[in-house]
Amino acid sequence: MSLQRYLIKRLLVMIPVLFGVTVLTFSLTKMLPGSPVDFILQFQETTPGLREQLEAQYNLDEPVYIQYWLWLRDAMVLDFGDSIISDRSVTGAIVGRLPKTLLLGGAGFAIAVCIGIPLGVLSAVNNGNTIDEVSRIGALLGIATPNFWLGLMLMLVFSVQFGLFRVIPPSDVGVFHPSMLKFVILPAITLGTASSALIMRLTRSSMVEELNKDYVRTAKAKGLSERTVIVKHVLRNSMVSVVTVAAIQVAFIVNGSVVIEQVFSWPGVGRLLIDAITQRDFPVLQAIVLMIAVTIVFVNLIADLLYSWLDPRIRY
Amino acid sequence: MSHESSRTTTDQRGRIRVTGFDTSAFEDRDERFDWQQEESTVSRSRWTRSWERFKRNRTALAGLAIIAVMLFVTIFARPIAVEGITIQPFSLAPFDPTNSNFGALNEAPSASHPFGTDWSGKDILSRVMYGGRYSLTIGVITVGIALSVGVPLGAIAGYYGGWVDEVIMRLVDILYAFPFLVLAIALISVLGQGFWNMITALVLVVWISYARLLRGEVLSVKENEYVTAAKALGARDRSIIFRHVVPNAMAPVIVQATLGIGTVVLNAAALGFLGLGLEPGSPEWGSMLSSGRDTLIQGYWWVTVFPGLAIFLFVLSINLVGDGVRDAVDPQGDSGGNAGVR
Repeated sequence: MSLQRYLIKRLLVMIPVLFGVTVLTFSLTKMLPGSPVDFILQFQETTPGLREQLEAQYNLDEPVYIQYWLWLRDAMVLDFGDSIISDRSVTGAIVGRLPKTLLLGGAGFAIAVCIGIPLGVLSAVNNGNTIDEVSRIGALLGIATPNFWLGLMLMLVFSVQFGLFRVIPPSDVGVFHPSMLKFVILPAITLGTASSALIMRLTRSSMVEELNKDYVRTAKAKGLSERTVIVKHVLRNSMVSVVTVAAIQVAFIVNGSVVIEQVFSWPGVGRLLIDAITQRDFPVLQAIVLMIAVTIVFVNLIADLLYSWLDPRIRY
Repeated sequence: MSHESSRTTTDQRGRIRVTGFDTSAFEDRDERFDWQQEESTVSRSRWTRSWERFKRNRTALAGLAIIAVMLFVTIFARPIAVEGITIQPFSLAPFDPTNSNFGALNEAPSASHPFGTDWSGKDILSRVMYGGRYSLTIGVITVGIALSVGVPLGAIAGYYGGWVDEVIMRLVDILYAFPFLVLAIALISVLGQGFWNMITALVLVVWISYARLLRGEVLSVKENEYVTAAKALGARDRSIIFRHVVPNAMAPVIVQATLGIGTVVLNAAALGFLGLGLEPGSPEWGSMLSSGRDTLIQGYWWVTVFPGLAIFLFVLSINLVGDGVRDAVDPQGDSGGNAGVR
């Protein structure tokens, strides 16, 4: 199968998944106990006709499938209406928070990759000896540590005891301002630790598998140095499976950042999500959940395409 | 008629003559044909052999021992009563985990409170000991129910293929688009807080990984000749799936399920930390950390250190056991670790 045909097939499979994701996100908020109109009316003086007016505003007077269609139509152009709590537009609220979350997630991902892959390679090359043992134990500890607890402990040691890093980032400093570095470093380490452990384990296992293959023996037999064999042959081949793992890590990082933003009072999308749930701000909740799910569907698509581009044998 | 005459001759000789079978050759047959299969007195099934491999794995046994100790401590932390009848009268915990002592707020660890007290004077050692009940039961029950949903669906999808497979796997794909915690948070916001609601939300998130894993295994196992043989013998689909296919496809699922207990406990604690888990104030490890976060700045380190250590120790032991189970039941399996963490 050519890459184009694979791409088309893969895109066609995505359609029912995206459809299902929108239906699920929409019905989640439909299942929330209590109608949003009841919720708004708690805070407002009830005047006759207000309830009907609000129901019309949120299209609640229409049948459910029409409501879904109207919601989907607006969602396609990123219009999720206004937040119930703050009167801001939902899209505006999310876009305002997004750079901070991307900074945190990007830094966490970078740390995960920069620690995970070299350690995995080191461990595979030293298969069985002390270096391997130590880094495998390290990976095990990294996987078993609850990320929010690690964050609290780092805060305790570096912020409370030594006063090295300030904990809460100021809201007026831009994402690319150099002073953000000292705010992002602790949350990013917290976020990256578990991911780096998983990446390390997978890099190691795929490297060990590659090292036992015949072409490695051939490369060694023709007199290539150990370094050339590993960097030019083995690493390149084992990276194919690491790419897919990195894609899985995106979901993992999103997962982690929801909690980590809460630990470090990081003003990102994750905190917006938790606030939306505790305040029952359903348009915000819907928008964030949908945004995350659609992002992950596309990340998986990119990973699959990368995978089949790197290894043309895999087309199914 | 030659046929008729041959029968009379056999009748005359008074015995049934089996034609085409040379009895003389049979009599002086080779010694080797006297060999009989030795019946072993102990039948060693695949699971017995796995258990024997597991027993030789010292790190896995250490993990199992830690889990056993933690289980013992949580069971005997406080008396257990079922409908008024006390079935477990012992109490290892020095204090009532829900009882506030306003004379001893935020006390540092001491002889009377080895782990210190929290903002409302509750003894942290007692709360950590008792809190294991929530985390451990949530982990085990969730994985158990998720297996009983995911295994049949995965098996059916893989065995029948076609539109059944399409429907089940599209559902799995849709749910896979949501990260573990995000989906769990969204479901809990619909279901509300509480023990069983939390388990329901976690089951709905976890079953998909078992279904997907088992389906993949079933696809390759069902091509085996013994499955074709069972079909040829007229076995019903149900018995083929659950007696022949599933037992041979379960190994990676069992590994994943063992590690899954750790994942579930970790995420349940995260939900507790976010204030979305059990009822507020429950001595659950995650919720304890969330209340400890507020007093961390004042230097009350003991409130956050000990509950977190308990989670860490449990998840670490589960991972040790899980890796041991992998080596025991699925020796060729990949050692890439818990890929189902999402």
